[in-house]
Amino acid sequence: MKKDTFILGIETSCDETAVAIVKNGKEIISNVVASQIESHKRFGGVVPEIASRHHVEQITVVLEEAFTDAELTWDSIDAIAVTEGPGLVGALLVGVNAAKALAFAKQKPLIGVHHIAGHIYANRLQNEFEFPLLALIVSGGHTELVLMNEHGKYELLGETRDDAAGEAYDKVARMLELPYPGGPQIDRLAKSGEVTIDFPRAWLEQGSYDFSFSGLKSSVINTIHNAKQRGELLSNEDIAASFQESVIDVLTTKTVNAAKEFQVKQVIVAGGVAANQGLRSALEEQFNQLNIPLLIPPLHLCTDNAAMIAAAGTIAYEQGRRSGMGLNANASLLMK
Amino acid sequence: MSILAIDTSNQALGVAILNEEKIIGEFTTNIAKNHSLRLMPAIEQLMKEVNVEPQSLEKIIVAKGPGSYTGVRIGLATAKTMAWALDIPVVGVSSLKVLAHQGRFFQGYICPFFDARRGLVYAGLYQLKNGEIQQVWDEVNIPITDLLSKLADENKEILFLSPDIEIHRENIISLVGGRAVIPEMAYHISRASHIALAGLNETPQSTHALTPNYLRLAEAEAKWLNQQKEKEENG
Ligand SMILES: [Zn+2]
Repeated sequence: MKKDTFILGIETSCDETAVAIVKNGKEIISNVVASQIESHKRFGGVVPEIASRHHVEQITVVLEEAFTDAELTWDSIDAIAVTEGPGLVGALLVGVNAAKALAFAKQKPLIGVHHIAGHIYANRLQNEFEFPLLALIVSGGHTELVLMNEHGKYELLGETRDDAAGEAYDKVARMLELPYPGGPQIDRLAKSGEVTIDFPRAWLEQGSYDFSFSGLKSSVINTIHNAKQRGELLSNEDIAASFQESVIDVLTTKTVNAAKEFQVKQVIVAGGVAANQGLRSALEEQFNQLNIPLLIPPLHLCTDNAAMIAAAGTIAYEQGRRSGMGLNANASLLMK
Repeated sequence: MSILAIDTSNQALGVAILNEEKIIGEFTTNIAKNHSLRLMPAIEQLMKEVNVEPQSLEKIIVAKGPGSYTGVRIGLATAKTMAWALDIPVVGVSSLKVLAHQGRFFQGYICPFFDARRGLVYAGLYQLKNGEIQQVWDEVNIPITDLLSKLADENKEILFLSPDIEIHRENIISLVGGRAVIPEMAYHISRASHIALAGLNETPQSTHALTPNYLRLAEAEAKWLNQQKEKEENG
């Protein structure tokens, strides 16, 4: 009988200090996330220096909790997986150096993991993968379409050329004076609004799977500004609904096109924006019609966590990939 | 049983290993190269060289700043996590105090400092008392000119120690004059063995509670606090 594999995951790429232990890449044994959102709220967004300060204060506390929850000892741990990038460099550094210290102290293999690979593998904690699969990753930091033909191999089909989808949400929310984080607020407002404004959609070149949201963001800002100058009052609900419609239209259409072109067996959605109700129902409708299974993890696995890093790290571990003590944080790590 | 000492708080990267209070290994570089990349390989290499296994460490001593925010965090993340994993105590010592140890035979005041940009320095004032390096003032983050005028009023010789001594040499000589003592270059770079020395008799804090000695609020936080204050004052 094959022995079970236990991987310790560490994630500190943005504003969550997270540690998790995952069994066989599929089963969460413990999953601790110390969110800093309350601290960053006063600044209206994540401040990198503040995030890094919190990480160094939290890291051993979160590690200890992950082991206490798991009721496991170090003997069971096969390897340590850590987010090496992309993300905020100062924040990543804390996790990477903590992981290296653990790997050395406990003489365990070390594995650097790409943050987006983690987001994709969050889904494997719920459902086994079937290849080829297509992953749409949308969050405050990313908007990406990734094709996978086998475990551990990632082909980047498209990404944003300017703002991430979640970033556009946050900026529009700030214009509407909604509290931080703005994404869920817009989603909520959009439900009771109507699509009354035809905001632009950036399709880019024919067949491109890249995204662009900065034009849309500017258009929303201009529309609000012009209305104000004319003394008109636009309803926040309608702006939210119209903005959201434009984002979802582009995300859904490009995902559907890619799913068809590569004849994928599964479509995976990941990242914080995967929690968006509007996006979820639009994708569900499309992929129901196409009869392609659509997998969206529960909210706590959509947002940044370490279980996803441990899950992606498990595959890398099984494939024999190892990082050395020279592992470093890489803010703009490419996907391979 | 052995002790590991680490310093990545400023440009110099230092690692030292003690065995039964004897220094058995020391590694120092003073180049502008990535601490995050180089710290663990340096520890691994040195421990291998002196034949010390991670499990035989009994304590870790780390320089906790002031200095480069990122550098300080690299050292602390490494030291705290390693101490936690090995279930041994970790001691954080001020990077200024470590530097002050390099002047421990001086009879006057010892003033270690690091350049903090825009005319500012992180500085401390220490003195040898009853055979120990003791703090005279609380460590400060102030303009170098303010520091020097304060020191000009002291009626003692002052030993200045800093890896950034050349940036401020002229200022020191013109404001403190003949009572300023500036030694040769080797004394201005913290040696890892002095971290061990500075931390040897300090009581370890709880590993979780050990935080960097930044001596300065994050810019965003300072701004935010100012805004809160203004709001309060304006009702
Ligand atoms: Zn993420």
